[in-house]
Amino acid sequence: MSFDYILSQFVNGIKLGSIYAVVAIGYSMVYGILKLINFAHGDLMTVGVYTMLVLMGFSGIPIWLVILVGCGMSIIFGMTMEKLVYRPLRGSGEETTLIASLAVSVFLQNLISMIFSPQKRAFHLPDFLTQTYRLGSITLSVMNILTFISIVIILIALTLMLKKTKIGMAMRACSDNLAASQLMGIKINTVVAAAFVIGSGLAGLTGLMLAGEYKTIEPLMGFVPGLKAFCAAVLGGIGSLNGAVLGGFIIGIAEMLFAGLMPTDITPYRDAFIFLLLIVVLLVKPNGILGSSEGGRS
Amino acid sequence: MLQIKELCVKYDNIQVLHGISLELQEGELVALIGANGAGKTTTLSTISGVKRAFSGQIVYDGKDITKAGTDEIVKMGIVQVPEGRQIFSKMTIEENLILGAYTEKDSQRQKQNMQRVMELFPILRERRRQTAGTLSGGEQQMLAIARALMGNPRMLLLDEPSMGLSPLMTEQVFDAVKSLNDQGTTILLVEQNAYDAMEISHRTYIMENGVITREGKSSELMRDPAIKQAYLGGD
Repeated sequence: MSFDYILSQFVNGIKLGSIYAVVAIGYSMVYGILKLINFAHGDLMTVGVYTMLVLMGFSGIPIWLVILVGCGMSIIFGMTMEKLVYRPLRGSGEETTLIASLAVSVFLQNLISMIFSPQKRAFHLPDFLTQTYRLGSITLSVMNILTFISIVIILIALTLMLKKTKIGMAMRACSDNLAASQLMGIKINTVVAAAFVIGSGLAGLTGLMLAGEYKTIEPLMGFVPGLKAFCAAVLGGIGSLNGAVLGGFIIGIAEMLFAGLMPTDITPYRDAFIFLLLIVVLLVKPNGILGSSEGGRS
Repeated sequence: MLQIKELCVKYDNIQVLHGISLELQEGELVALIGANGAGKTTTLSTISGVKRAFSGQIVYDGKDITKAGTDEIVKMGIVQVPEGRQIFSKMTIEENLILGAYTEKDSQRQKQNMQRVMELFPILRERRRQTAGTLSGGEQQMLAIARALMGNPRMLLLDEPSMGLSPLMTEQVFDAVKSLNDQGTTILLVEQNAYDAMEISHRTYIMENGVITREGKSSELMRDPAIKQAYLGGD
C-alpha cells in the first residue's frame, strides 16, 4: 500500500468530511437552542437537490440560480416543519420531538418518492464544475475546490455572525439559557426560525455537494449522511460550531481511510465502524471532543 | 402602576394561583413573601408573560397586558430577574449586559446604561471580559440585576435574590435593591428571607397556597405576633 494511495484516501476523506461538517453545523445550531435532534435535517438535503434536478431540466437557467432556488426550497421545508411540527411540540420533552422528527423524516422521504419515484436518478453537474485537476496522486474537481472554499467562507461568516450581530448574540444566548433569553425580551421564535433558515439552507447546499460526488440521487439519499452528520455533531460536542466541523472531518477521514485500508470483504460495513468510533469517543468524552463539561441542562 | 386582579394560573390541570390580587404604586418597593411552593414565582412569571393566566387580569399603566408576549412586556419596562440568577454562563459579563439591553435600540443609551451599572457594581467592570460562569454566587446575582437594569426598566421583578448567598452577600444585594428603589425604580421583591425583605420594603403581601392571606405596611406586619411566629422566627 503506497503512501500516495493513503494520501488520496485522506483527501477523499476531507471531501466527504466537509460535507458532513456543513450538515452537522445545521444539526448543532438547532440542537443548541431547542435541544431538538432533528432527524429530518438530512432529508432537507434531498428536498434541495431534487428541486435543483427539476430546474436543471429546463435549459437556460443559470446554475447559480438553480442552486439558490434549491437551497430556498430546503429553507421553506425547514421553516415549515419547524412551524407545523416542532413549534407546537415545544416544551413537550426531548423524546417527543425526537420521535416527531423521525416521522417528519419518513414523511419527506415518501413524499419525494411519490413525486419522483423511488428509483435512482442521474445527477449531472455542469461540465465546468466536474472538470478535474491532478496533483500527483490526488484528483480534485472544481466542485471539490469550491466546496472547500465555501466551507471556509461559511465558517468565518457564521462565526462573525454569532459574535458580532444582534441575532447571532441572541442565538448564543438562547443556546446558553433559553429561559433567561426570553426574559431579556428576545423573541425565541425569531431565533429558532433563524437557526432553521441557516441549517436548512446549508443542508440544501450540501445536498448539491453530495449529489455531485455520487452522480446519482434517490429519495433516501439524505438519511444516512444526515445520521453521520449527527454523529459528527455529537462527536465534536453538540451545540458547538467548531465541534461540528471537527467531528465532520474526523468522521469523513475515518470513513475513507477505513474504506481504503481495510480488506475489501469488510469495507461494506464501514458505517458500522463509524458508529463504533462514535460510541468509543462518547465512552471517553460523554460531551464530545469540544463539548462543555457542564453537561446538558435538563 | 401595576394592578393584578383575581389572577388564576394552572400548570396542566393543577391550579397554582387561586385568584390573587395585588397592586404596585409607582416608586414602591413591595415584598411578596411566603413558603416554598406558595406561588410566588408563578406570579412573577405570569406578569412577565412567560406563563399564561387562566383567568384574571394584569393591568400596567392602564393597559391590559395579560396576553402580551414577554418581549412586549420587557419593552414596556417590566423586567424580571429570575430565581437562581439564570445568567448566560458561557458568555462574558459584557455580553450578558449587552443582552440585557436587547430591546434598547439606541446604542448611545446602551453605553450610558453600561457605565451606570458598572458604577453600581464595580466588580463587573473589573471582570467584564471574564466568562460569567466563573463569578461567585453573589457576583452572579449582581450581574443578573445589572443585566436587568440594562433594559431601562421602570419596574423590576426580583425573584429570591438572596437565595444561596452568604449573610454578608445578602446584605450587599439588599442594599443594592434599596438604593435602586431610592433612585426611582419600582420593585416587586419575592423572598423567602422574610425579615430582610420586609425591612427594606414599603408594603408586604403574604402568600399561602396560591392565595394572598395578608397585606399591609411592612412595618406594621412585622409587629404582628402571628406573622412574627410564622415568618420571622419567633420574636
